[in-house]
Amino acid sequence: MRKLYTFHGGVHPATCKTQSTGKPIAKAKLPSKLIIPLHQHVGHSARPVVEVGERVQKGQLIGRADGHVSSAVHASTSGTVTAIDMQPVAHPSGLPELCITLIPDGLEEWLELEPIDDWQSVPHTELRHRLRNAGVVGLGGAVFPSDMKLYAHKHKIKTLVINGAECEPYITCDDLLMRERAAEILAGAELMRTLLYADEVLIGIEDNKPEAIHAMRSAVIAGKHANMEIVAVPTIYPGGGAKQLIRVLTGIEVAAGVRSTDLGVQCFNVGTAYSAWRAIRFGEPLISRIVTVTGNVASPQNLETLIGTPIIELVAQAGALQGTNGYIMGGPMMGVLLPSDQAGVIKATNCIIAASDQLFPPPKTVLPCIRCTRCADVCPAQLQPQDLYWHARAKNFTKAEEYHLFDCIECGACSYVCPSNIPLVQYYRFAKSEIWAQQASQKAANAARERHEFRESRLEREKREKAEKLAAKEKAATKSEAAPVSDKPDTGPVDETQRKIQAAIDHARAQAATIKPKNTEQLTPQQLAEIADIEARRARIREIAQASTDTHTRE
Amino acid sequence: MAFSPFITKPSSVSEIMLQVLFALIPGILFYVWFYGPAILVSMLLASLTALATEALMLKLRNRPVAPFLKDNSALLTAWLLALSIPPLAPWWLVVVGTMFAISISKHLYGGLGNNPFNPAMVGYAVLIISFPSYMTHWLTPDGLGDITLGFSDQLNYIFHGILPGDIKLDAVTMATPLDTLKTQLHMNGQMKTILDMPIYGHFAGVGSEWVSFGFLLGGLYLFFRRIISWHIPVAFLVTLFAVSGALHLVDPSRYAPPLFHWFSGAAMLGAFFILTDPVTSPTTPKGRMIFACGAGLLTFLIRVYGGFPDGVAFATLLMNISVPLIDAWTQPAVFGRKDRS
Amino acid sequence: MFSALLAMAAIAITLGAVLGFAAIRFRVEGNPLVDKIDAVLPQTQCGQCGYPGCKPYATAIAEGAADINQCPPGGEEGIRKLADLLGMEFKPFGSSTVTKPKAVARIDESTCIGCTLCIQACPVDAIVGAAKQMHTVIAAECTGCELCLPPCPVDCISMVSIEESTGNWKWKYPVYALTPSQTAAP
Repeated sequence: MRKLYTFHGGVHPATCKTQSTGKPIAKAKLPSKLIIPLHQHVGHSARPVVEVGERVQKGQLIGRADGHVSSAVHASTSGTVTAIDMQPVAHPSGLPELCITLIPDGLEEWLELEPIDDWQSVPHTELRHRLRNAGVVGLGGAVFPSDMKLYAHKHKIKTLVINGAECEPYITCDDLLMRERAAEILAGAELMRTLLYADEVLIGIEDNKPEAIHAMRSAVIAGKHANMEIVAVPTIYPGGGAKQLIRVLTGIEVAAGVRSTDLGVQCFNVGTAYSAWRAIRFGEPLISRIVTVTGNVASPQNLETLIGTPIIELVAQAGALQGTNGYIMGGPMMGVLLPSDQAGVIKATNCIIAASDQLFPPPKTVLPCIRCTRCADVCPAQLQPQDLYWHARAKNFTKAEEYHLFDCIECGACSYVCPSNIPLVQYYRFAKSEIWAQQASQKAANAARERHEFRESRLEREKREKAEKLAAKEKAATKSEAAPVSDKPDTGPVDETQRKIQAAIDHARAQAATIKPKNTEQLTPQQLAEIADIEARRARIREIAQASTDTHTRE
Repeated sequence: MAFSPFITKPSSVSEIMLQVLFALIPGILFYVWFYGPAILVSMLLASLTALATEALMLKLRNRPVAPFLKDNSALLTAWLLALSIPPLAPWWLVVVGTMFAISISKHLYGGLGNNPFNPAMVGYAVLIISFPSYMTHWLTPDGLGDITLGFSDQLNYIFHGILPGDIKLDAVTMATPLDTLKTQLHMNGQMKTILDMPIYGHFAGVGSEWVSFGFLLGGLYLFFRRIISWHIPVAFLVTLFAVSGALHLVDPSRYAPPLFHWFSGAAMLGAFFILTDPVTSPTTPKGRMIFACGAGLLTFLIRVYGGFPDGVAFATLLMNISVPLIDAWTQPAVFGRKDRS
Repeated sequence: MFSALLAMAAIAITLGAVLGFAAIRFRVEGNPLVDKIDAVLPQTQCGQCGYPGCKPYATAIAEGAADINQCPPGGEEGIRKLADLLGMEFKPFGSSTVTKPKAVARIDESTCIGCTLCIQACPVDAIVGAAKQMHTVIAAECTGCELCLPPCPVDCISMVSIEESTGNWKWKYPVYALTPSQTAAP
């Protein structure tokens, strides 16, 4: 029996998982349209590589990975691109992002894939390259590009942790995936182990999923996987948090801002292992994922869903019920309430809960903090949530950081137990985003100062050089003793510039008045369409440029 | 329902306070057994005053009244104060103390959760400084004195200050065991002979030892219901035991045995109900230990060398002042940062 | 009496020597206060404070010649930081000061005549272009100081406020009423 470690705190909310584990994974119906955001991962947004009106095949690249940390986006099915524009996405802000809208043609016509039969003989850089181009990102919710995490640099990775804990209530997508596709998960884990040169693979599954544990253990034996162990871990929230699971399985604590690889551990979700395997072995890009559809629906279940499927259409398949007043993406502890039910499923969507007042009663009256420290008792990061709350509420961000605000994993255990019903996590999110914004503006200010100082010194230098040149000239002139004294007033050059500018303006005006563009009248419909097309492309480029500067400022 | 978590554990401030009130009941029962029902009248008076003051202050501060009245914190302050002052106290003493506790020491600092000092102890301190003679006349426990007052006689005294016939107040009241000990020692009495006096009962005082036992029971209940953590009661009682025990070993004729210190005065009430007030005590485990050790030491010093009969109230208030400092100094290590910070 | 005087004198001399040594050994070049103030300022170099740039304003504050509430781009948050740094009371903006949302300059490319005046005006070299060539603003480097607006002879530069996007979106401060009946969805 493996020695397991514990982490501080944790809570035991009602799991509410059995509702959706009764049925096997079903394939979601092809939706009427797919709204595929280009920014579904951590890092830079993908760059669109298709045009409006273009027909795409299933699995075809539609967004190219752009920049160091980025990932590719693919067409989830065959069909026609009808728009590349700003659409509401599955994000708590409800703000739009650049999305590709695809109308399926129902043919599900695959692009010709490039499977690899013997991946062991393929160079690792090539495997990583393929993962990046297949758009494989962390499916546990962090959506960090997996290829980047599968590179050990100079670190020795001792343990690869595969996360099948799935501690959040309601969510069962990993549970069902492990029950039904254990062999492929393990193959993916083996692939990851090879890429990381890891010694062992530990697959942590909470002990409230006996079927999954059994299926995975059988698969380990059937697949003759050496150095791989299925470990049943105690059911406690947030035991499925990466940091917590690493702690439970290895005893290693990964603090905020520390890379786990520095400590010899790397962690992936079971879904990521599965997708990585599909991408390498069969060449399938990440175009679908298992989504638990549960809550206020007639038949809660797990659906293999195409990325981009509108939430509303997905929920309809599980039988939408009366009384639904919102959709939660993720679990009830850490999920986000989606501002729009039209947004498409993204790679991070592990669960959609149709919320109702019966399931999630409206928040209770908030009372002042009485410092009872129930929050500190359950905090898995061993923080003092009552102090963090105090400083965040007072907008005293320096103090909040001193109390290790950024070690908070936003698991929600503190808010869950708070007898005063204070939305603690919300205060921490607020404080964090304020601090990020401050850091960004400080960075911008520093850059501006540097540029300004450089400019000042440049102007200074130019002035000096000019003076020196003038002095040299004068010297030369006095030497030749034929220096005509200039009678131009000192303001001469300024007048000169102004005159020149005026001349330029007049010239431009005159041109605008006289010269008429020859090709603006009597255009053929074809030409008109072409112009519209060009205009649209320009608009899109501007948007992309805008979006990319936005992501720059976000970095 | 706008942000996660969307589910919460069913718990509330009012339920926590209710549990604490509930845990006081065994002590109160012993109280009534030994001193008669007068204490219930005091508690009722204090409760009504506390609720009325709370409502008035909330109105003045422009805060919603209902949710705060329902949180039971004012009731708890009232009960603790009523249990700290003599059972046969005139009505205005209870009312003044409670009003001061709720208005000045709670609401002027921002109300629930924001008061640096334990309101009940502030009320007690104000009363003992302002009306020392009323605060030292404790009812003689049942069976010790010659005269026993009936309930109507007690009521008559509380509301009108009249005792039946020509009974003097001194005839039905006496100093507390702690107070008596101090006076006797002052008159060069020997510890052994003093503790043999009938007022000292088995080891700590007729009545007070049983009432303390009742509070101990209630405190254990709170611990097992996880309303309080063990740090404060244990650290407080161990410190008190260790200091008094050490000095008792050195000079048994001058220093009372540790069990006497545990079971007389407000030691048990303080350990489980007063020092553990979350608002006015530290939040870190280490901080709680330091806080309670300090309170235990101060309680002992005030009891033995100070001018007041008991030291729990002043010890609590003195340690309350240092809570922010203790908290700042005892921040526990954060996940993954054990060696660094 | 005499020995006491001697002792005092000895102590005075020793301490004086230590101070003198420290003054030389730990001498700080420049005025650190100016740099500290400058670090707090937003570096827009816009001159709205009445000084030709952030550094001159910082110098003026350090000398006591300027108030801390003259920097609109820094916002009230900036005043608060300055007040903290200098141990002064917070001072709100005067009634005439207008604070605007953050914006960047944009050149209308079809109107630009390529005069380079804006390039010369830009304090952070955020405009690229050459004489008689179309100019453009590097949005990421633009501080929104508006110094390029007045010199433009054809008024082709406009300020475009930075819109909220998922990239710069911030979680809001939790707002709730104390009684459930008043609770409004934030």
